Amino acid sequence: MKLIIAIVKPFKLDEVRQKLADIGVSGITISEVKGYGRQKGQTEVYRGSEYEIHFMPKIRMEIVVDDDMVDPVSEAIVEAAKTGQIGDGKIFILSVDSATRIRTGETGSDAL
Amino acid sequence: MSLFKKQGFQFFIFFGVFALIAGIAHAEVSAETQYVFNTFLFLVCGFLVMFMAAGFAMLEAGSVRSKNAAAICVKNISLYSTAGLLYWLVGYNLMYGVDEGGFLGSMSVWTADDMAVGGEVPDYSGGYASGSDWYFQMVFCATTASIVSGTIAERLKIWPFLIFTLVLTGFIYPIVGSWEWGGGFLDANFAFSDFAGSTLVHSTGGWAALAGAIVIGSRTGRFNDDGSVTSFPGSSIPLATLGAFILWLGWFGFNGGSQLALGSALDSVAISNIFINTNLAAAAGVMFAMITSQITFGKVDIVTALNGAIGGLVAITAEPLAPSIGAAVFIGGVGGILVALSTPLLLKMKIDDVVGAIPAHLVCGIWGTMIVPLTNGDASYFGQFMGVISVAIFAFIASFITWAVLKYTIGLRVTVEDELAGMDVTEFGLEAYPEFNKS
Repeated sequence: MKLIIAIVKPFKLDEVRQKLADIGVSGITISEVKGYGRQKGQTEVYRGSEYEIHFMPKIRMEIVVDDDMVDPVSEAIVEAAKTGQIGDGKIFILSVDSATRIRTGETGSDAL
Repeated sequence: MSLFKKQGFQFFIFFGVFALIAGIAHAEVSAETQYVFNTFLFLVCGFLVMFMAAGFAMLEAGSVRSKNAAAICVKNISLYSTAGLLYWLVGYNLMYGVDEGGFLGSMSVWTADDMAVGGEVPDYSGGYASGSDWYFQMVFCATTASIVSGTIAERLKIWPFLIFTLVLTGFIYPIVGSWEWGGGFLDANFAFSDFAGSTLVHSTGGWAALAGAIVIGSRTGRFNDDGSVTSFPGSSIPLATLGAFILWLGWFGFNGGSQLALGSALDSVAISNIFINTNLAAAAGVMFAMITSQITFGKVDIVTALNGAIGGLVAITAEPLAPSIGAAVFIGGVGGILVALSTPLLLKMKIDDVVGAIPAHLVCGIWGTMIVPLTNGDASYFGQFMGVISVAIFAFIASFITWAVLKYTIGLRVTVEDELAGMDVTEFGLEAYPEFNKS
């Protein structure tokens, strides 16, 4: 099992979710986060002075899948979340030791 | 089609002239009818101006950070209440009980005097119900106080603020008002002209706010040691926009009602022209503030555009009747430019004005008052200057002393820890938006 962490642009969330549902991903956890990478921030104007926004709003997705699903999921996220503009986000893949479904006590792949 | 339009237009002209002649021919409507219509004007325009209190509240709630949004709402509803009570207890008679050419009215509680109307032979020579006049003047007094709360938001404790409001609405504003509208020395000796209160209301509030901003100091973290300024964007631009629109609406009562009479066709024509000038001055204020900030920053500064509307409105308030529509657009448009230019200037002077009330109400109040002689031949530049400078000296110094006394007795500011945590929680024990995530 692998944990896929994807940081994507907030407005791309729905496209990514649809794409992942299409290839059979059964569960996703998301959170609203802020951060910066190469995009840095942006300049805004408020009441007579300019100021920098250093942290841009992003969506962080967490998806746990079987090993054979890692590549299709990564490709689907890239395909759906890509705009070609700076700030499209990143995908990280980590190993997962175990998983348990709390309701039934199932473990491993059955719990996903 | 065009022929029909032309005929329609000619008919309109014919009918309009006919109506005007008819109006003059029937100028002698009954005194009771005049009395009723004048009273009606005061009451309707009065509640429009009352609603400006809601406009200020929303503009300010949208302009402060969300951790202080509830606190500024409390200040707005309590300052409106304080103003009404004080204007009844001392304000009205201090303002209108002044001798001709005098400086100070009488200290007494206001009571309605409508005995003449209820007599055996009704006497309508008062012109309007005295209560309608009190109500209309009271909401102007409250407007003056509303201007102050926004500038010094996010750091000032509630009770010292209300004590200052008490002094402002019970004494400072009524004394300033007595000099002109009460028939005091500015009216009698200098032919000073301020139709609806660019100087008497808006500059007075602006001077009180400026004195407060200086005595209280800026919000913690606003001005940095390296000379840079930290922006504190407001909690809600839509709320601030609603506030600006409500103020704009209320202003028709503010300026229109200041005609003070609706007893003749000529009055109704005058009020209609005031509405048009008021509206287009505000419109020009918005557009020129937007253009100026686009040139200055390469982006439209939204809150400055909102203040452009207020700046345009304040500018036309000194004389909304005499200007042609073109002149009204000019006066309001310059107001918008002044707002956009003076807002960054205040930052350079390290004066922290949370809602930008000083550029909109003080700077444009001075501009609107000084430009009156351009369109109103009865006013002189010297007389206008004397009005502006008299109010400046008195309102600023009286406010400064009041703020300073409060500072060194009961204290003005919340502690730095409380300020950083937000006044909603530390002063009032609740939050404006308890179910929203903090960021």
